[in-house]
Amino acid sequence: MSEKLFLSGNEAIARGAYEAGVKAGAGYPGTPSTEILENLCQYPGVKTEWSINEKVGLEVAYGAALSGARALATMKHVGLNVAADPMFTASYTGIRGGLVIVVADDPGMHSSQNEQDSRNYARAAKLPMLEPADSQEAKDFTKLAFEISEKYDTPVILRSTTRLSHSMSIVSVTERDERAIPGFAKEIPKYVMIPLYAKKRRIAVEERTRRLREACNELSVNRLEEGKGDFGIICGGVPYTYVRECFPDAPILKLGMVYPLPEKLIREFCAKYEKIYVLEELDPFLENEIRALGLDVCGKSSFPAIGEFTPEIVRRGIGGKEPETRKSAVELPPRPPELCPGCPHRTVYEILRDKKLNVIGDIGCYSLGTLPPFKAMHTLLDMGAGFTVAQGVELAEGKEAMKNTVGLMGDSTFAHSGIAGLFNAAYNKRHCVFIVLDNGTTAMTGLQPNPLSGKTIDGSPTVSIDYVKLCEAAGMDKADVKIVSAYNKEEIAGTLDTLLAGGRLSLLVVKGPCMILKRKQAKKQREAAG
Amino acid sequence: MKTSKVMNVLMVGVGGQGIITAGNMLSLAAMNAGYDVKKSEIHGMSQRGGSVFCHVRFGEKVASPVIPVGEADILVSLEEMETLRWLDFPAPGGKVICLKNRILPHGVENYPEDTATELKKHGLDYMELLPADLTAATGSAKTVNVAVLGIVAGFLDIPEDAWKKAVAELAPAGTADLNLYAFEQGRKTTIGE
Ligand SMILES: Cc1ncc(C[n+]2csc(CCOP(=O)(O)OP(=O)(O)O)c2C)c(N)n1
Repeated sequence: MSEKLFLSGNEAIARGAYEAGVKAGAGYPGTPSTEILENLCQYPGVKTEWSINEKVGLEVAYGAALSGARALATMKHVGLNVAADPMFTASYTGIRGGLVIVVADDPGMHSSQNEQDSRNYARAAKLPMLEPADSQEAKDFTKLAFEISEKYDTPVILRSTTRLSHSMSIVSVTERDERAIPGFAKEIPKYVMIPLYAKKRRIAVEERTRRLREACNELSVNRLEEGKGDFGIICGGVPYTYVRECFPDAPILKLGMVYPLPEKLIREFCAKYEKIYVLEELDPFLENEIRALGLDVCGKSSFPAIGEFTPEIVRRGIGGKEPETRKSAVELPPRPPELCPGCPHRTVYEILRDKKLNVIGDIGCYSLGTLPPFKAMHTLLDMGAGFTVAQGVELAEGKEAMKNTVGLMGDSTFAHSGIAGLFNAAYNKRHCVFIVLDNGTTAMTGLQPNPLSGKTIDGSPTVSIDYVKLCEAAGMDKADVKIVSAYNKEEIAGTLDTLLAGGRLSLLVVKGPCMILKRKQAKKQREAAG
Repeated sequence: MKTSKVMNVLMVGVGGQGIITAGNMLSLAAMNAGYDVKKSEIHGMSQRGGSVFCHVRFGEKVASPVIPVGEADILVSLEEMETLRWLDFPAPGGKVICLKNRILPHGVENYPEDTATELKKHGLDYMELLPADLTAATGSAKTVNVAVLGIVAGFLDIPEDAWKKAVAELAPAGTADLNLYAFEQGRKTTIGE
C-alpha cells in the first residue's frame, strides 16, 4: 500500500535510496546536502557513516558498490571538488551494485563560498546526471538513478539545489526493495586502472555515453508537456516549477536528465515553436549543449547566470507581467547571522583582534569571526586552507612573518583536510602557529559528530584523534602542542604569546563545547531523567 | 467548501522564534485536510540569529514552492521590522498579521521607528498582536508561535481536527498539550485592533 508523507527534497532522496535497497551511505556534511545522510541513517538495513571528507566518502561508497551493494555518496557542490578524483576514474571502471552520487548545489550562495554549477562535472566526467524538481521526483529519480547505474554500469550523479533540498512537498512512499549482495569479485581489467586497462575502459566510457545519449530520448523523465502558444520552454529542476506557476499553459520540454541530452526530443520540440527559451539557473549548460546541435535558443540573454531564480525572474525573462512592488520609507538595518551568545569561538576572536594578528582562516561557524565586532579572520578559501595558505605566506615572506600570523580552523575542518596541511608544514620545516577551535562538533552544518568528537553518525562511542600523538607522529615536539580551555582568556592569550615568540611550528587547540550542542545534550539528559 | 485557489501564507521572523515549527504545523494541517502542499525555507547560515522565513502554499495543485511576489494572502510576522522586509509579498489588500515584538539585530543601537505607520500605508489589511496579550492568554512565552498560528487558522479553510492532529504531532516531545492549549487560545482571542 502506498502512504503519503510530507518530505523535504533531502528526506525524499534518503527515502528513495532506502526504497531502492541501498545498503551503504557515506558522505561529509555540507549545506544543503546534510540531511540526506542524517535521514538515511535512521532506516533499518542501511549502514551509513560520516566520512572524514568527501573523497573518502565517495571511495567508501564505491567500495560498497564493488561488493555489489547499492550505495549512496552525498555532498554539497564544493564537496564534489574534493571527491572529483575518485569520481573521474570510477566513470571508467563502472560499478557492480548501483552507485549514486548526490551533489547539492547552492545557487544564490545561501551558505557557501562559491556558486559553482555541478552539471559541468557530469560532462567532464562523462557521467549521467538527473535533476528532480520536487520531493516526489527527488525520491523517484533516486530510484531511477540506481536502475540506470546498474543497467549502464556507471556511477550516476543526482543533482539537487538548495531550494529542492530544503523545500517540502507530498510524496507517496512504498516498500523497500531488499536486495542480496553478491560480494567482492576479482576482475582486474575492469577495476585496476593501470594505463593498459584504462585505455580499454576509456573506449567503454564513450560507448556507454553513446548508448545513453540514444536511450535518453525514451526516458520517462525527459517529458514533453503539450501546451498553447508560439513559444516553447526547455527546463528542468526547480525552475520548472516556476515556469508552471507563471505559464501554466506553455509547452514545456522538461528534462529530468541533464546529461547526456535527448537530441531527438530536443530537435522535435524546437522544430515546433517559433521561439524556444532555455531556462536554467547558473551556467548556460543546457543552452550551450543545445546550441552545439545547431539550434537557436534564447537563454542567458534573457535570464541571469548569477544567483537563484524566482518566479518573478522567470516571468520577466519571458516578458510576462511585472508584479507591483512597494517602497518602504523606513530604512531597515540588515540582520546578519552572528556567533551565538556564549559561543566558545568568541574569546579566541577577541584575542586575535586585540593582538592585531594576520589570521589565515577557514570555513565553519568560526568564519563569522570575520564580521564585526571581531573582523579577525582575513582569508577564507576552501576547507583545510587555514593551515596551508599560512605556509605560503611563510614561503614568500620568511619565518619572521609567522610571529604575527596564525592559521586557524575548526575540529571538523581539521579532520577533513587540515591534518594533511599540518603534516606538510612539519615535513617542510615551517614555523607556523596553528589554532584548532575544537567545539566537539561540526556546528555550522547542524552538529554532526566528527573524528574528534568520539561519536559516530548514530551517536555510538568511538575513538577520537589524539592531537598530541598526532603531532608527535608528524615529527613535532610535544612541547609545541598546547590544549587550553576556550573559556580561559588569559591562558589562551598567554599561550599564544609564547608560541608566537617561540617561532616554531606549533598547534594550539582551544577546547570548549558548542553552546547549541551543550543545550541539546542538557535537554536530552533532562528528558532521560524524566 | 474547500478553497480551489492556492492559498499563500508567508511566515517570517528571527531565528529561534519557532517560525519553522509553525510553518510545519500549517503545512501538515493543510495536508491532513486533503490539500496539495508545498513549503519552502532556507536553513544554514541564517539559523545563527538571522532573518527566518517560511513559505507555505496549499490548494488543489501547487506548482512553485515559493510564493510569487505580490501573491501572499497572509503575511504573518513574529517580529516588527521583519514584517517590512517582506513588504513586496502581500497581495493587494492582503492580510498582514504582525506581532509587535522588537528584536534588535546585533551591532544596531536604534530600532527603526514608524514601522507600524509604514505598514499601514500600503492599503493592506493590517492586524497587530501584542506579545504580552498572547503570553497572558496562553500562560507561556514559549508557545507564542503556536498561539499566532491559532489566530492565522481563523482565516484559513482547514478543519479543526486537521489542525489539532498537526499541532499535536509536531509539538516538541512532551509539549503537545501546552501547544494545543496555545493554539486554542489563539483561535479564540481577538487581540489588538
Ligand atoms: C569541501 C567542503 N565540504 C563541506 C563544506 C561545508 N562546511 C562548511 S564549514 C563545515 C565544517 C565546520 O565544522 P568545524 O570545522 O568543526 O567548525 P564549527 O562550525 O564547528 O565551528 C562544513 C562541513 C564546505 N564548505 N566545503
